[in-house]
Amino acid sequence: MPKSLTEIVGDPWWAFAVGAAALMGYLTVNALFLVWLERKVSARMQLRLGPTEVGPAGLLQTLADVVKLMGKQFIRPKNAQIGLFLGAPILVFFPVVAVLSLIPIDEGWVFHDLNIGLLLVFTFAGFGIIGVFMAGWGSNNKYALLGAMRAVAQNISYEIPLILATLSVVLMTGTMNLREIVEAQGEAGFPFLFVQPVAALIYFISATAETNRAPFDIPEAESELIAGFHTEYPGGGFAIFFLAEYTNMIIVCAVATILFLGGWSGPVLPGFVWFFLKVYSLIFVMMWFRWTFPRLRFDQLMRFAWAVLVPLAIVNLLVTATVLKVL
Amino acid sequence: MTLPSAQGQPDDDVYYLNMGPQHPSMHGVLRLVLKMRGEEILTADPVIGYAHRAHEKMAENRNYMMFLPNTSRIDYLSGMIYNLAYCQAVERMMGIEVPERAEHIRVIVSEWNRIQSHLLWFGTFLLDLGGITPFLYSFEDREEILAVLEAVTGSRLTYCYGRFGGVSMDVDDVFVDRSRALIERLRGRLDTYRTLVTNNVIFRNRCEGVGLIDRQVALDYGVTGPTLRAAGVPYDVRVSEPYGIYDRFDFEIPTRTGGDSMARYDVRLEEMEQSLRILEQALDALPEGDVMPAKVPRFFKPPAGEYYHAVESARGHFGTYIVSDGSDTPVRIKLRTPSFSNLSSMPPVLANTLVADAIAIVGSIDVVMPEIDR
Repeated sequence: MPKSLTEIVGDPWWAFAVGAAALMGYLTVNALFLVWLERKVSARMQLRLGPTEVGPAGLLQTLADVVKLMGKQFIRPKNAQIGLFLGAPILVFFPVVAVLSLIPIDEGWVFHDLNIGLLLVFTFAGFGIIGVFMAGWGSNNKYALLGAMRAVAQNISYEIPLILATLSVVLMTGTMNLREIVEAQGEAGFPFLFVQPVAALIYFISATAETNRAPFDIPEAESELIAGFHTEYPGGGFAIFFLAEYTNMIIVCAVATILFLGGWSGPVLPGFVWFFLKVYSLIFVMMWFRWTFPRLRFDQLMRFAWAVLVPLAIVNLLVTATVLKVL
Repeated sequence: MTLPSAQGQPDDDVYYLNMGPQHPSMHGVLRLVLKMRGEEILTADPVIGYAHRAHEKMAENRNYMMFLPNTSRIDYLSGMIYNLAYCQAVERMMGIEVPERAEHIRVIVSEWNRIQSHLLWFGTFLLDLGGITPFLYSFEDREEILAVLEAVTGSRLTYCYGRFGGVSMDVDDVFVDRSRALIERLRGRLDTYRTLVTNNVIFRNRCEGVGLIDRQVALDYGVTGPTLRAAGVPYDVRVSEPYGIYDRFDFEIPTRTGGDSMARYDVRLEEMEQSLRILEQALDALPEGDVMPAKVPRFFKPPAGEYYHAVESARGHFGTYIVSDGSDTPVRIKLRTPSFSNLSSMPPVLANTLVADAIAIVGSIDVVMPEIDR
């Protein structure tokens, strides 16, 4: 058992500071990397090269873009509600950081090893949507408001199948502790993907919708709503929404890895390598979706959630419960 | 803004949304004034005129030859077809005979022009539906066509290739070989598009039954081109009123009866294949000879009278109406552009649809705004 951060650093407050700094550092680097990856993946799929100029293989292109974004004048739309307008990016971003502190990356590598970990993940993840609605409402823009309304409806609808899908795993393991769920899969000797394929599928589809990624990117559908809820945000605010989107991807994929792919367990390589390998593979699949599919229409999206995913998730949950009871 | 609803109560849910002319995915500078309730469109009003350049007025201030470069700037996607249509109109007025070789070259470049226009439509229509990747694919093919046309005409979009009596430049063997290779390539690529897009579930859901322009609405509003053929009317100027040498080629007019976005998509994809067929036949039959008649008048003074010449552009029936008083300057040139009629059918079609479909429906009829505004 490796030592905890507090034991290494000594003082718990310092440990907290070091941990938070590491987390923020990781988030920033990760977002920069993911934006680059998205560009490269899309370029490959579209017979292009993607960024090549700044840094090796264009790796620093995103950094240059962030500097450009930050240097932009912060334009406030006329009659915008300034409190909501400025508060929204912060409220979108910070729950995401909080969730990340709950994710176990390797054996013993976790900031908060809580027995309600999974519950807390979804609680914090639900916060983000308040920020999105604040952004849409505060912007004084009809497109932004439409996008925000769609975002709220979509997130509420897709949270239900998402949680129902994870519940079947909770039923199997009898715990909401993320570490123990991973350990249960290690003891079983196989990831839960093989016993819960339907739940895994529902989870992944709903997670794509939760992160507002294509083909479910209705709230920011650029072909009708320009940029949806963040239409009016200049430079810095836009960058934070962007950062939150990519961090959100990390979180839903990390949770998927923990619940269905066995977390850090895997042969030969060290645990955290396996963990990140699985997470980034899932992220790649999400990017693959985005650059292959056209966008659904809003009513089709809602019908899909309520008429297909929710019943399927409930049936799956009932079957899981019955099988567990019988065994 | 409050409006009385059906019950006589002020309806606070109704609002207006200005879509365009500055909207990232609006087709050109079209502005749609949408009266909406929530996501639903109650009425839609297209507002046009943001790209008005007074082409028809310009024609009255210059002689026949000087109007030639204007024609391809009216519809920048069928520039070649418009350019040649104007030449043919003047040739008809003057009674000029066009050499066989020039006629064949005209058909070849016109059909390339039509295919590149449809390819651009394919890409942008998928963009409207949120599919970004097919756009890049179709643009790669379109680029090849533009390169072929550029090699012979010198321009990529706004061609001025036609002359009264023929074409300005002869084509060489390289052009013929490249065209043949490109036909083969495009046949394969069209299959790729079918697998990539046509059978995608999301795509079909977004297109089937959406933007219904039925036969009656289409005929009432004077809709032409692929949009009319998708409503079940097999009207194509190339067949119903053949111009040039189109009566010599063996090709079909693809039609559908659905009248929805899917039907329009199918018709355009099939039209590209038929255009490839025409291209093949024209390349096979390409005769030797001159591309300009031996004797062309130095000054163009058509006899007084009214003339109308119609061609099939990538968007439908394009007509050139010229009034001449016998001088070297036209008294009036009126251009009948297909997108104008096609767009005017939009208000009844867009009513009671969702805002997400509005752009996709407008995209599916393939409007080119500069052609409407002129």
